[in-house]
Amino acid sequence: MQAPSHQQIVISGVGGQGVLFVTRLLAEAAIAKGLAVLSSETHGMAQRGGTVLSHLKLGDFSSPLIRPEHADLLLALKAENIAQHAAFLKPDGWIAVNAAAAAGNSGGHCTRALDADRLARRLANPRAVNLILLGFALAAGALPAEGRKPLFCDLADIQSVLQKRLGATPALLQDALGALAAGAAAPTAR
Amino acid sequence: MEKERLHVNPKHLALGNEAIAQGLLESGCAIATAYPGTPASEILSSLAHLQRQTGAALHAQWAVNEKIAFEIAYAGCQAGLRTAVSMKQVGLNVAADPLMSAAYMGTKGGFVVISADDPGPHSSQTEQDSRLMAMLAKIPVLDPDSPAQARELVAEAYSLSEAFRIPVMLRPTTRVCHARQDIPTLAFKPRQRKPAFEKNPARWAATPKFRNQLHRELEQKLAAIAGYPATAPLKLTAAQGTPKAIVVSGVAAAHAAEIMAELGLGDRIALYQVRQPFPLHTDFTAQLLAAHSDILVIEETMGVIEMQLADRQRVQGKLSGAVSRVGEILPEAVENSIREFAGLTGKVPSLPTVPDRRPTLCAGCPHRASYFAIKKAAPRAIYTGDIGCYTLGLNLGAVDTVLCMGAAISQAAGFYHAYKNEPKPPDIVATIGDSTFFHAGVPALIDAVVQGVKFVLVLLDNRTTAMTGNQPTPATGTGAMGEPLNQVDIESLVRGCGVSRCETADPCALEAFTRTLRSAVKYSRASGPAVVIARHPCLLDKRRQETAAPAGPLSVSDACDGCGYCLKNFECPAMVIDPESERVRIDPLVCSGCGVCLTICPQKAIAACHSD
Repeated sequence: MQAPSHQQIVISGVGGQGVLFVTRLLAEAAIAKGLAVLSSETHGMAQRGGTVLSHLKLGDFSSPLIRPEHADLLLALKAENIAQHAAFLKPDGWIAVNAAAAAGNSGGHCTRALDADRLARRLANPRAVNLILLGFALAAGALPAEGRKPLFCDLADIQSVLQKRLGATPALLQDALGALAAGAAAPTAR
Repeated sequence: MEKERLHVNPKHLALGNEAIAQGLLESGCAIATAYPGTPASEILSSLAHLQRQTGAALHAQWAVNEKIAFEIAYAGCQAGLRTAVSMKQVGLNVAADPLMSAAYMGTKGGFVVISADDPGPHSSQTEQDSRLMAMLAKIPVLDPDSPAQARELVAEAYSLSEAFRIPVMLRPTTRVCHARQDIPTLAFKPRQRKPAFEKNPARWAATPKFRNQLHRELEQKLAAIAGYPATAPLKLTAAQGTPKAIVVSGVAAAHAAEIMAELGLGDRIALYQVRQPFPLHTDFTAQLLAAHSDILVIEETMGVIEMQLADRQRVQGKLSGAVSRVGEILPEAVENSIREFAGLTGKVPSLPTVPDRRPTLCAGCPHRASYFAIKKAAPRAIYTGDIGCYTLGLNLGAVDTVLCMGAAISQAAGFYHAYKNEPKPPDIVATIGDSTFFHAGVPALIDAVVQGVKFVLVLLDNRTTAMTGNQPTPATGTGAMGEPLNQVDIESLVRGCGVSRCETADPCALEAFTRTLRSAVKYSRASGPAVVIARHPCLLDKRRQETAAPAGPLSVSDACDGCGYCLKNFECPAMVIDPESERVRIDPLVCSGCGVCLTICPQKAIAACHSD
């Protein structure tokens, strides 16, 4: 099935988790595929541990913000944010969350959970939580599921963006690709 | 259907602020100045980056404050060059004096004043509308709806500025500045223009009598600009001859266009986008009011377009109360307004309100140590605070007031004068950052010295402008383009203000620093102002040199009795309560290893752990 060209993704976490980096990777992957991209970021005060929320809209949109019940996917780097941000999702929207297990607060949306914090510690790379969760979501997003359209991009698309961005620093690139792969290979916690 | 964009027109992803910078470079901007402020900060840094990439003949610099930035850039335009100044909306307040005067005098080279608004506000003292300031100043203002349009309107702004010899404001908001969009790649041409200042003191040094003539001229310019075709409003929907119309500008236009399409209202309601909210185009106003009997205006943050339409019977918006006057207009609120206006039923979902996660100083931030020590040295003081990362001293109970840039010192003086005749006046401790001190603190300190104000100023010198992204200060010695610059020494500056008691100490050497503060407090009670410069680099600043090796991983022993003293008074984000043991533990993913917490626990339960 061809990847859809119309997609709305919310990425949520707290300052310092690398929400903006993940948003950027997805946006660059979309541009590489010739899609129109609009995204929205929180800066400044949010970096000091406040909530960071990114909106990513791919396709024919003019507004940079996603309305409640319009998002296809919520990428939640901080599980406690789901209580508020699950409301962004369409009825058939799904969640990829950094958590030991899917909690009950996802408003009935299909949830795929991965303890990315624990995996990051195991990789001795505490900053890798964002890439681990992204890898996990890409793998889960590629799987067929009832009613749910596949993610617009796959692991290879993001690997390609990482090559372009981090090619000059091979050590960082290896770490990043490793984190992405670790997330993609991890089984879902149900 | 996928659009074959890349083959037709090479594009790249740009932040709104980067798009504005690109527009400035493409227009041949020769001098660009700024003071950092969210959401505008990246405009100047992106421009500096583009300068390095292209070798463009451009002087880009951070200035000490927005007034100075404005004056520097304005002189450039008086010399016939194209120039720009950028700031956030409250920074425009600081630049308001030269803005008002410059509007009367006019320009020679094009001059663009970029003032970025923060509806909400997300990180400002107000959510004021810079377009209203443009109206007060009597200059035109352009209101982009997206990064792509922001870049286009920079070019329009320069054309407009040079056609009428008037400064032009560009007013993006957070959702333009910090949105990312695919835009055309940079079309750079080296600029040809040479400086040529033509002496004309009647204009450039106009005295009050001639200002009257200049004002007359200014009014004529505005009347002509209200007929300028290139910036006229656009009609976005096909609806003809419908009684209802919606007028939008800025990001509200972007939201409305998408929502109108989704609701299928394009044939029933005319949608107009205003790109130049002031002065509102005369023909547009006449035609709008002639053609439609029911008009809704959606704009941020005040009813600037609505007030110029001036028809209370037919026009509704912010002024009439149809659109909320307070807070950012999110797209769901736009949808609500449009549905109601169109007579549609159906409830628009909104996000549940949950208690916000409060921002806090980074783990390892030297300000945390400073504020902890201030509470120890002066536990019952009045704490006047200021603007920067260190405002978050609030969380440690060590900031009582935050008004505006530089106010910590003047407010300390005010509190001193309020209490000085009382039998037991409180201690007063003001905190200000290094960049803020340069920006606005110096005149206030001079005043405090002259008046003999008995207070302690803790100058938090982390050698950077941190909250906005670690921009350099006058003490840094490096400019926006990475070039070496002269440095101004803070100690000399403080002494130059007349302060005789000034000491420098490292807040992270907590016990010694606390002693220094106690001694300064004692001095201030008897004698007058005492300054303690708390110097330790920001841990996010990539330029910093390490002062001391980190203490390494830290842990909390069983001696912890869960009293919560550290959580309440030190408030480090690395310290978390373990829900099972109800004791505090240190999260190794967050802890920076600064070791400042080692001495604070009443049970002495915090220690460096040695790797096993």
